[in-house]
Amino acid sequence: MTVSPLLTVKDLSVAFGPERAPIPVVENVSFSVRRGETLALVGESGSGKTLTGKSLLGILPKGARITSGSAVLDDNLGRVDLLSIPLKELRKIRGGRVSMIFQEPMSSLSSLHTIGNQVMEAVLLHNECSGGDAKNRCLETFQNVGFPDPERAFRAYPFELSGGLRQRAMIAMAMVCKPRLMIADEPTTALDVTTQATVLELIKQLQRDNGMSVIMVTHDLGVVANMADNVVVLRKGKVVESGPARPVLMTPGHGYTRKLINAAPEIPENLDARSEPSEDFILHATNLSKTYPGKPVGLGKMSDPVKAVQDVRIELRRGETLAVVGESGSGKSTVAKLMLQAERPDPGASVMFTGQDGKEIDVAALSGSELIKFRRKVQIVFQDPFASLSPRMNVCDILTEPLRVHNIGTGREQRDRAADLMERVGLSADHLQRFPHAFSGGQRQRISIARALALGPELIVCDEPTSALDVSVQAQVLELFKELRDDFNLSYLFISHDLAVVADLADRVAVMWRGRVVEEGPVKALFNNPVHPYTKALMAASPEPDMEKPLDLAAVALGAGEPQSWVEPFGYQGDDAPGLIEVEAGHFVRRAA
Amino acid sequence: MSSTDPDHHFVAQDDYDENADIQMLDRADLDAPTWLLIWRRFLRHKLGVASGIYLLVIYLALPFIDFLTPYHYTTRDIEHIYAPPQPVRFVHENYVGLHTYPTEEFFDLETFQVKSKVDWTTPVPIPILSNCGKSYHLLGLFETNFRLICPPEGYTLYLLGTDRLGRDVHSRIMHGAQLSLTVGLIGVTVSFAIGLFLGGAAGYFGGWIDSMVMRAIEIIRSMPELPIWLALSAAIPANWGPVAVFFVISIILGLLDWPGLARAVRSKFLSLREEDYVKAAELMGARPRRIITAHMMPNFMSHLVASATLSIPAMILGETALSFLGLGLRPPAVSWGLMLNDALDLTVVEIYPWLLMPLVPVIMVVLAFSFLGDGLRDALDPYS
Repeated sequence: MTVSPLLTVKDLSVAFGPERAPIPVVENVSFSVRRGETLALVGESGSGKTLTGKSLLGILPKGARITSGSAVLDDNLGRVDLLSIPLKELRKIRGGRVSMIFQEPMSSLSSLHTIGNQVMEAVLLHNECSGGDAKNRCLETFQNVGFPDPERAFRAYPFELSGGLRQRAMIAMAMVCKPRLMIADEPTTALDVTTQATVLELIKQLQRDNGMSVIMVTHDLGVVANMADNVVVLRKGKVVESGPARPVLMTPGHGYTRKLINAAPEIPENLDARSEPSEDFILHATNLSKTYPGKPVGLGKMSDPVKAVQDVRIELRRGETLAVVGESGSGKSTVAKLMLQAERPDPGASVMFTGQDGKEIDVAALSGSELIKFRRKVQIVFQDPFASLSPRMNVCDILTEPLRVHNIGTGREQRDRAADLMERVGLSADHLQRFPHAFSGGQRQRISIARALALGPELIVCDEPTSALDVSVQAQVLELFKELRDDFNLSYLFISHDLAVVADLADRVAVMWRGRVVEEGPVKALFNNPVHPYTKALMAASPEPDMEKPLDLAAVALGAGEPQSWVEPFGYQGDDAPGLIEVEAGHFVRRAA
Repeated sequence: MSSTDPDHHFVAQDDYDENADIQMLDRADLDAPTWLLIWRRFLRHKLGVASGIYLLVIYLALPFIDFLTPYHYTTRDIEHIYAPPQPVRFVHENYVGLHTYPTEEFFDLETFQVKSKVDWTTPVPIPILSNCGKSYHLLGLFETNFRLICPPEGYTLYLLGTDRLGRDVHSRIMHGAQLSLTVGLIGVTVSFAIGLFLGGAAGYFGGWIDSMVMRAIEIIRSMPELPIWLALSAAIPANWGPVAVFFVISIILGLLDWPGLARAVRSKFLSLREEDYVKAAELMGARPRRIITAHMMPNFMSHLVASATLSIPAMILGETALSFLGLGLRPPAVSWGLMLNDALDLTVVEIYPWLLMPLVPVIMVVLAFSFLGDGLRDALDPYS
C-alpha cells in the first residue's frame, strides 16, 4: 500500500459572523490522512473540531463560512479540492467517496423509513444498479457491521433498534458505498461504554477489511489511544499539537495536551481503602423498588409494567460517598429520585434518614411541612449545568433563593451568604450580579454546587454532575466535590455512568444493571478485585489515554450481554435473578450461592 | 502553523497557561439580563422593529385623532355626496405650497351616478395648524377646534373622498382606528387573563383539572366561530350605548380567543416543569405558588407576550368582520368594519371604490402585528 496522503488539509480557516468583522472559529488548521489510517481530531467543546470535520463535506451550519484553505482528496478517482469544487460535484463525493457518521444515532436516521430503505438510497444515489443488486449490497453491509439478522434489520424502523444497533445502521449507511474516507463525528459519545467498545472495534475492523481512512472527531483521549494513528489536538480553533499518536500521547509537548491526558479519568490499578466502616448511617434504604405502570397499548390492553428499580439496598455512612454506577436504563437516576422523595417507592420499602441531630426520619412517609424541613438537609446537583439555573435570575438571586424559600436571615445576610458561597466554590463574589448564560459549563456547575450548599445540607445527591463537562473541567469539579465533603462533613450519593470518574471520590461503589445492583463494595475491593462479569466489562470498556492499555474486548464481550450469556454462577434466565452474596467483608456480588 | 506531514510531531509555541483564571467569563457577549439580550436580538429583526415603531406611532396618535383630522367624523356635507378623493398638489405654475382644487359633485341624469368635476385652474391653499370645523375636547380637557390641517375656507378637503352621507372617509378612517385598534388590546387582555389562569392551572396541576380545561378548549374550538359571534352579539340589548357595545364586543372576542393562549400557556408550563431549575426549586422545598411566580412565570412571560401579539390581528379582523356584517359596533360609533359595511353593495363598490379604503389600514395593522410578533418570537431564545 502506498503511503501518500489520501486527504491533505492545508490552512483551513472557518469564521462566523459578518464579512467585515469575522469571528474565527477554526484558524489555519493543517493535517493529512494517509490511506488506511485513522486521524483523530481531539478537542474540548468550542475547539472547532466538529466544524473542521463538517467543512470537509460542505455541511457547515448557517452563518459559518470557510475563509481560507484547501482540502485535497487524492484517491483512485483523481485529485479534487473538497473546499473549492461546486456543490453539484461535492454531492457526488458525499456518501460515495467520503462519508460521515454523526453523534446522535436517533436523530440522524429518519423514523418514517426502514433502515433498509435509508441505506439503499445511498447505494442507488451513487451507483447505477438495480434495486435487487442494491438490496444485496445492503444485506452484505449489514452482515459486515454485525447485525445478527440482516434481513430483519433491513425491514426494521430506527425506533425498533437499540442505540448501539442504530449506530451500526448509521455506520452501514456510511460504509455501503465503500468510501475511501469516513468522517466520524463523536460516533460513540451518545452510547453506553460497553456499546462504545464494540462500535469502536467495528470501525477498526471495517477499516482493516476495506483499507479506508477515518477521521475521528472526538473529545475522548481514551478513544484516541485505541483508534488513532495520528492525532491533531485542537484548542479554540488552533492546532496546539499534532503528530503520530504514540509520541503525542506518551510524550506530549504542549501543556494543554498534558492537561487533557492528566485530567482523563482512569480505572486505578491499585487502590487503598478510604475509610473505616462505621455504623453511623446517614441514609439507609432497604427493599427499594420502583415500578412504573404499563402504558395503554390499545384495545384496553396495557404494556408490561416497567421495573425501574428492584430490591435495592442503599447504605450511606455519614461523611462518605456512595457511587451508584450504571449504563442507561440501569435505574441509577431513579434511585436518586427515590432518595430525594421526588418519587415514591413501591410499598414495602424503607428509606431512613438520620440527621446530625440523631433523629431518624422515615423519608417515604414524609409530607407537608416535615418534607420541607427534610429538603433543607438533602440537596441535589443536576447533570446539565445549562438547564439547572434559571436564565431569568442573576447569580445572587439563584443563591439566595433557597434561603428565601425557607425564610432564613435578612436580605443583607442572605446576600453575604451568597458571596461566601461563591468564594467557597472558587468563583469571585464580583460575579453575583451576572446572569448564568455568561458563564461556562464548569462555572455554572460551580454555581449549582453553591446553591446546593446554601442551606447547609448534610447529604447531596449528585446526578451525573460532571458528565456534561469537558474533561479538564470535570477533574476540577471533582476536586471541588472532594474539598467540600471534607470541609463540611458532607455525604454524597454520587450517580455516574463512568466507573473511572468515581474511582477517586467514592468510598463505596454499587454497580447497577437493569434495576438491580449486581456488585457492591468498598472502592478498594471493587476496583482491585471485581468479581461480576458486568463490572469487569465496564472496567475493560472504559478507554484510557494510554497506548499501552488498549480495550480488552474479550472481557467486554463476557459481561456486556444479557444475563444468560454471563458465566456460571452469575448468569440467569428471565427475571429470576440470584441474591447478593458477600464474597469478602462488605463486598457483595449477585450470583448463585 | 501546523504541518501536513503526518510523521512530524508538531507542538504549537503559544502562551498557554495551564492554570488559566477560572473566573474568566466564557460568554462575555451574553453578560446581560435576558430581557436585554432579547431586546438586542429583536433589534436585528428589521421588519419587526419597523412594524413596532409603526404601531407605536399610531397607538400614540389615537388620543389626538381630532387634532390630526380635518373633519369631525359626524360632519355631513350634502353638497358632496360620494365625492371621489380630492387632488392635493404642491406646485401649481408659480404657486408653491400645499394646495387643492375646488371640486363640484353633480348628478348625472343619464347614468344616475354622482360625478365630480375638478376646477384645475384655481389652486386653493390648505391651511395648516389653524382653527376650523366642529370643536372637540383635546384629551377630554380643553375645548378647541384647532387642527393640523383644515379644509380651505369655503372649499372642501376630502383626501379619500366622501361616503353615502357626504362624510369625509379619511377623517372617519382615522377616527375608526380608535375603536378598531383598542378592540384588539382589550380582547387580548381578556383572553390573556383567562388563558393564563386556566392554562396555568391545567399545566401545573394536571390530572382532572387538566382534562376539564382541555375538553373545554376542544369544545370551544369545535364551535363555528362566526355563528357564535353573531349569536352573542345579537344578545346585546339594542338600547345600549355605543361604548357599552364596544366593550361587550371586545370581551366576546376575548372570550372566544382564549383557548389558543391557554394551550400555549399549558404546553409551556408542562415543558418548564421538566426543566432542572424548576425541579431544583421543588427539591429545595419551595411551595407551588413560589415555583410558579418566581421560577416559571419570568421564563414564559416573554413567550406569552409574543403569542399575544400574534393573536391581536385575529381580534382586529374579528371586529371588522362582525361590524361589516352589521352585528358588531353600531352607529354613530365608527370603526373600520362599520365603514366597510357601507361597501356591502357590489354596485356601490364598483362606482365608488374609495369606500373600500378602510381595508388598507386593516391590512397594514394586521401585517405590522404579525411582523412584530414574529420578531419577538425569533428573539425569545437569545443565548446562541
